[in-house]
Amino acid sequence: MRRSRLSQILAGVLVNAIYEMKNYPVVLISTVISPLSLLLVITFVSGGALFGTAIEGGLIMIFFSSGIALQSDLSHLKNDFKLQDMIVSSPTSARMYMSGMALAEIVYSLPALVILVALAGIYLHPSLIQIGILTTVLLLMFAVSVAIGFMLSTFSNDVVQSYAFSRLLSLLFATLPPVYYPITYVPSPFNYLAYLSPTTYAAEIMHSATGFLHISTSLLILDWVVLLVVSTIILYVAVKKTRWRDV
Amino acid sequence: MSKLECSGLTKVYQDHRKALDNVSFSVETKGIFGLIGRNGAGKTTLIRILATELEQTSGSASINGFDILKQTDKLREKIAVVPQEARPIRWMTPKQTVMSYLLWRGYPYKQANQLAAESLKKLNMEQYANTLNSRLSGGTKRKVLIATATASEAEIIFLDEPTTGLDPISRRELWAILRELGKTRFIFLTTHYLDEAEQLADQIGILKEGKLVSIGSLADLRLSSQYQYSLKLPPNVQTPTLVEGEVTVGATGYTQIMTNEAEAFRLARLLSEQNVKFSIAPVTLDDIFFRLVGEKARDE
Repeated sequence: MRRSRLSQILAGVLVNAIYEMKNYPVVLISTVISPLSLLLVITFVSGGALFGTAIEGGLIMIFFSSGIALQSDLSHLKNDFKLQDMIVSSPTSARMYMSGMALAEIVYSLPALVILVALAGIYLHPSLIQIGILTTVLLLMFAVSVAIGFMLSTFSNDVVQSYAFSRLLSLLFATLPPVYYPITYVPSPFNYLAYLSPTTYAAEIMHSATGFLHISTSLLILDWVVLLVVSTIILYVAVKKTRWRDV
Repeated sequence: MSKLECSGLTKVYQDHRKALDNVSFSVETKGIFGLIGRNGAGKTTLIRILATELEQTSGSASINGFDILKQTDKLREKIAVVPQEARPIRWMTPKQTVMSYLLWRGYPYKQANQLAAESLKKLNMEQYANTLNSRLSGGTKRKVLIATATASEAEIIFLDEPTTGLDPISRRELWAILRELGKTRFIFLTTHYLDEAEQLADQIGILKEGKLVSIGSLADLRLSSQYQYSLKLPPNVQTPTLVEGEVTVGATGYTQIMTNEAEAFRLARLLSEQNVKFSIAPVTLDDIFFRLVGEKARDE
């Protein structure tokens, strides 16, 4: 029989997003509140001055946290429902399973994403080039976080630890680093610590692209190089280390 | 080609625990194969290796000609598994559960939807099709998973302890379903309920501490057993002197004598002449199992 890859991706989206949102509508509220709450706090504290960077920070948080959330969601499905065992023994490949589940995380975040994209459109008035830069950086962040999330989920055997780990990663890479505000707000020596997170480079590129941060061209190139190199390394490690069939 | 063949399958986990030790056997992939053994005997390890979820440390296995390591993709087209302790996802309904699994197997949406409805109907579950899984009873949840695995084209279904934790009526309902399924597909199930294996399985394998200690139909197992008959005597009855056999006194005071056919009939005549009440029957799977895995198990 001919197997449809589209169906295999759709299955992930249905199980990990649509069915849950449809059957448990209350989950929609939490998906909207989380990225928007920090946006509001930053905007209020800065008297509105950081509204633009906070929108970009919200977008980074959604894309990065969505990928990281894959870790705890898949761990939950794997350990509590044994879903992964059923899927491993079926004609679905790890790539198709991951793609569907990852897409589901974006669908799950769609309500907040729509609000942030609308705010970005109204407030930032981005040009096509700016849209291209922002989209590239966000997709790169998403790919990296999905790779990390999926790899970790295949090793996980305890859902409680997985949820704690997801929260920790989101906090370390999407909340603490200067993504909701420019890095110039971070005093030395903490700004050096911030550069340990790939999201700092992503935010610097986005803030710079929309004129909220002024950095030299050489520094901007360095940001891109670091972001691409770190992303490549993470993706490579994830592909090599992901454990689909247990050993 | 329609065979499941294992040769020297061994699994040593990273913590150096040997779960399977040189397991070799060959069975035809038709009907129901029941694998029994105590907890920790290696049943789940074996089923996970055969269902391509877990890699063996050494040895090889093939199902209907497909090597489990070298032809994994082709084999996965033919198999479906319901793992031990699997539960349907609580925020989904039975129909959504079956349908999403079919989508994962690559069925187009419309066909998946139709097959899901048919599979639930076959198991008399239409009335629950759109109820949340979280609201279903344990037995119905288990049926959802069986409907899921059997909705596809898979010819070989692995079920790891499918009736564990179910009440006796639900267990019997599931047995009836499995019997029906066994007519058209090969069911490989593990269980630690001996009556389940006795009732369902055409072929039975007994695992003890990672080793396969016996395999065959119940009749084969009886024949290969040292003793083929079992006599039971009520408490306070003097056990006759045996020419050959084995005597066990249970916790309730009943005495069981396991022996060969000739000795069983000699004892039966003797006890009848003495007007002693007793029962005589061919050895059950319980008797065979307890003898093979050791007397220690019986006392626990």
